[in-house]
Amino acid sequence: MAKHETPLLDQLETGPWPSFVTDLKREAESRAKNEKGIEYQIPQDVCEDLLGVLELSFKHGRTHWKHGGIVGVFGYGGGVIGRYCDQPEQFPGVAHFHTMRINQPGGKFYTTEYLKDLCDLWEFRGSGITNMHGSTGDIIFLGTTTPQLEEIFYELTHKYNQDLGGSGSNLRTPSDCIGSARCEYSCYDTQAICYTLTQEYQDELHRPAFPYKFKFKFDGCPNCCVASIARADISFIGTWRDDIRIDQEAVKAYVGQELKPNGGSHTGRDWGPFDIQKEVVDLCPTKCMKYENDKLAINNKECTRCMHCINVMPRALRIGNDRGCSLLVGAKAPILDGAQMGSLLVPFIKVEEPYDEIKEVIEAIWDWWMEEGKNRERLGELIKRQGFQKLLEMTNIKPVAQHVQEPRTNPYIFWKEDEVEGGFERDINEFRKYHQR
Amino acid sequence: MAFVSSGYNPDKPMENRITDIGPKHYEAFYPPVIKKNKGKWLYHEIIEPGVLVHKAESGDECYSVRVGGARLMSVSHIREICEIADKHCDGYLRFTTRNNIEFMVDSKDKVEPLKQDLLSRKQQGGCYKFPVGGTGAGVTNIIHTQGWIHCHTPATDASGPVKATMDVLFDDFTNMRLPAQLRVSLACCLNMCGAVHCSDIAILGYHRKPPMLDHEYLDKMCEIPLAIAACPTAAIKPAKVELPNGETVKSVAVNNDRCMFCGNCYTMCPSMPLADTEGDGIVIMAGGKVSNRISAPKFSKVVVAFLPNEAPRWPSTTSCIKNIVEAYAKGANKYERLGEWAERIGWERFFEKCELEFTHHLIDDFRDPAYNTWRQTSQFKF
Repeated sequence: MAKHETPLLDQLETGPWPSFVTDLKREAESRAKNEKGIEYQIPQDVCEDLLGVLELSFKHGRTHWKHGGIVGVFGYGGGVIGRYCDQPEQFPGVAHFHTMRINQPGGKFYTTEYLKDLCDLWEFRGSGITNMHGSTGDIIFLGTTTPQLEEIFYELTHKYNQDLGGSGSNLRTPSDCIGSARCEYSCYDTQAICYTLTQEYQDELHRPAFPYKFKFKFDGCPNCCVASIARADISFIGTWRDDIRIDQEAVKAYVGQELKPNGGSHTGRDWGPFDIQKEVVDLCPTKCMKYENDKLAINNKECTRCMHCINVMPRALRIGNDRGCSLLVGAKAPILDGAQMGSLLVPFIKVEEPYDEIKEVIEAIWDWWMEEGKNRERLGELIKRQGFQKLLEMTNIKPVAQHVQEPRTNPYIFWKEDEVEGGFERDINEFRKYHQR
Repeated sequence: MAFVSSGYNPDKPMENRITDIGPKHYEAFYPPVIKKNKGKWLYHEIIEPGVLVHKAESGDECYSVRVGGARLMSVSHIREICEIADKHCDGYLRFTTRNNIEFMVDSKDKVEPLKQDLLSRKQQGGCYKFPVGGTGAGVTNIIHTQGWIHCHTPATDASGPVKATMDVLFDDFTNMRLPAQLRVSLACCLNMCGAVHCSDIAILGYHRKPPMLDHEYLDKMCEIPLAIAACPTAAIKPAKVELPNGETVKSVAVNNDRCMFCGNCYTMCPSMPLADTEGDGIVIMAGGKVSNRISAPKFSKVVVAFLPNEAPRWPSTTSCIKNIVEAYAKGANKYERLGEWAERIGWERFFEKCELEFTHHLIDDFRDPAYNTWRQTSQFKF
């Protein structure tokens, strides 16, 4: 017998897609039965009260969670988000319902052994409800009480060699795409740099000293599976600067309908026979390709590495060999002054351990942002406020035409005194000798 | 329920404390076929919806079966995932950037038993526990935020509308009939934890009423200057307010005409709640993408200014999305993303094809970028 009636939520228990309601009920039932005889450290009926408060939100069309209080683990300023229910008498099981962010492993690869350990810990000391994964990338433990925070942290670090992720005005947990672990498009080892920089900047991740949040995201190629260009303060997008490798025999196999275009991704509809001219050459944004006499030719100098031809013919075309990444900076979601896409700062940089050149750029950006950024000002907003030139100056990067989509359309250049012959100091009386008042 | 200590001593928090160790090393979690062939993959192919094969230079193959997951997941469900991975995949698995789960095996003959096992598992109401799909030119899993399950600022739920939308789009999760991939995302307020602003279709929770002011408590609970500074349109100013009991307190006043309902004040000050049954609802945005393929990454555009929160299944939202997907499926060229299609045919035609009404709400009037979205040419379609 359920603790709370949930007639609205019950309507989400049908249809083909997995039902989170059924899953929450499953956990509620598992806790009620407690077949393993677990000494639950937070209320046994936490999941039933979670269903109850969610049903109330479905009824009211409003949330029933309050602002977080200041809770956390000793010495860290992030990783825990305080959460309290605004109807604690009705739903005592979720009166305190704090979130913990657990720093996910690179590429989100897991062993079942590790996941089962986390499940045991979270069932014992928390609600048993998670997010796999949160938007930033962490494993999210959803719902525990204040006294359990230190206990969970202690077990995580002592038994499982596992740390918390970031929250608040600090370096947020960096995340990556699958990268070269299982993707032939990846121009660098996303997991290696993500791991190394996460370890390098543990202090920045756990102890908020920044004006606001700061995100690194690592995309192995311009397909951008981890969406870095839309949301990372520094977006690492894999690229190359030599030639696309061509296997002409495989090109012919695509043309001869022996291979499925785009890795078989369009087989749900009959699009007719593959037409290399129409589907590859004509769609190239720079028109740098031609297919003549059974041969595909690419003018690589004009290529902007959009990935389309490679995506369509992965067995014939491969990324170049001189690989690295482009750094784009300042992406963010709309709040407050509107969304910003990442802007290109470093067209090409090698991604090789120990990543010293990359760290130099990161730290120069941080120095500037920590000095000049206002409270809750993202890097992208600072760049807008002080200008892209200032960013170049602070990172000591030479301006190149690649930095802009197009040059400015106004001549309102903020000339600096040392850029103008003779400087700004002039003698008005000397001027007046030749120009009457 | 007796308290069980982990070994942590609250009187000596620094005793044996371990900090700053970061995540586990990724290599500990690679299946052998991944570890061996990392960086040496030749190509991949989707052999059927939800099943990929990656071929390595060594000749090795890695077959991945992708299944959708509700990202809100119980430990019982995760244990079931582990049970499957133990049975079929030597105890390895991974999650994708879009909340899918991938089960990897190293030979083709292991695929079918794995797939059948996954598809045979259903919840009591008939929902699949592990729907196979989410690959290629189709709809993959919706990335989303917390909503009413855990957040304090949402204007809509997350898991509810996502379940309802994925039920409606389910055929396109298991099929690959669309012109290109179609990414649907949901953020329950414009803080956009989900960064949905570059999605083919974005479902965005939005408030439409200015904050209520809890004058009696405001100065006690909030830093008034921070609340004022939080407002991007300078709609908030300090005020002295007389309470019904005659007491005068420090508080704030809001110029409602300047409020664009972002909720940033509420983030800084709990005494300024915006949530409202009728006021809150959903904005539909369309045509964004993050990939650099063919055209540059794009922001999604607001195509429906408001749809009400219709719990539990949000029918207006799901039918609107279904219409857009069908119009796109019918009209776009092969490889063309939704936003590229809209730009090719023109947004005026997009509204017609998707049977969406164009209203004044959709014309940008927020700061400088607004001007760049008005039409500055005599070229348009009737």
